[in-house]
Amino acid sequence: MIRVLAAAAILLGLAHAALAVEPSEMLPDPKLEMRAEAIGKQLRCLVCQNESIEDSGADLAHDLRVIIRDRLKAGDTDAQAIKYVVDRYGDFVLLKPPVEPATYLLWFSPFAILAIGAAGAWLYIRRRPAPPDEPLDLNQRRKLERLLLDDQ
Amino acid sequence: MTWRRALYFLPLVAFLALAAYFLRGLAPGYDPQVLPSVLIDKPAPTFDLAGLKSATPLTNRDFAGEIVFVNFFASWCAPCRGESPVLMDLSRRNVIQLYGIDYKDKPEDAIKFLQEFGDPYRRIGVDESGRTAINFGVYGVPETYAIDRAGRIRWRHVGPLTTQVVQTEIMPLLKRLGAS
Repeated sequence: MIRVLAAAAILLGLAHAALAVEPSEMLPDPKLEMRAEAIGKQLRCLVCQNESIEDSGADLAHDLRVIIRDRLKAGDTDAQAIKYVVDRYGDFVLLKPPVEPATYLLWFSPFAILAIGAAGAWLYIRRRPAPPDEPLDLNQRRKLERLLLDDQ
Repeated sequence: MTWRRALYFLPLVAFLALAAYFLRGLAPGYDPQVLPSVLIDKPAPTFDLAGLKSATPLTNRDFAGEIVFVNFFASWCAPCRGESPVLMDLSRRNVIQLYGIDYKDKPEDAIKFLQEFGDPYRRIGVDESGRTAINFGVYGVPETYAIDRAGRIRWRHVGPLTTQVVQTEIMPLLKRLGAS
């Protein structure tokens, strides 16, 4: 178990090391660099489309990483830096789509489907005929005993 | 009781709705990787680029009052070779005013590329840093933008231009923009 955990820890460490950020891109201020990395992880690389710009080795991802860092150095807030990229590439660059009327279906349909299923299940259970709960009378009990004895 | 019977068709209806949605994805020519531009109908980004072969620089001020097409290309880009006959034909017939922006390229490579495949551009700006391309929302060359007389982006095409794109998109666009 400990070995498995150790292996997992090493792999996780490697996964972090696999970020595509090059040392030359990093900001000297660790606080600013951390903010830049956090922003980069939220932004989609438009070349690979399933990686964040922080993970992607594509040229465009490199340029966008540098731009994010330039914006932060120039005093942008995180939201302003993100808006800079969204203004050019649209909401698609956000790996987590914003909650707005156009994405309500995306965000809330799982809950709607769950509610429909729950309503259906509730209706079904309520309509199922109740199991008979009167106790057996004397004749029925005798008949039952005879049947059980026959089986043996 | 009839409404309960109707309920049994719900899965079929749901399936048909889903199937119709998937059918859209199978339509010929549909590419889910192509993104719509967010800059449509917005003012084109300003830029001031050095000219290729130390010719006059290219800035967006050069476009004032004209309907122009801006094509992002690079010598290292294979699809750009593919679209070059289409661009050459457009420029030879003088259908559009075409300007080029050389994306992340060495000028000498670009010059060689144009010598080999022909130069369809009125003028070419060199975007070595790729910043101008990012301001346009370019995510891969070739991309082509149409800018109207008021300096707004009206159309964008991702990937190489084909005669089909010229017929079905560029010609109607020119008519819409009222090109003489």
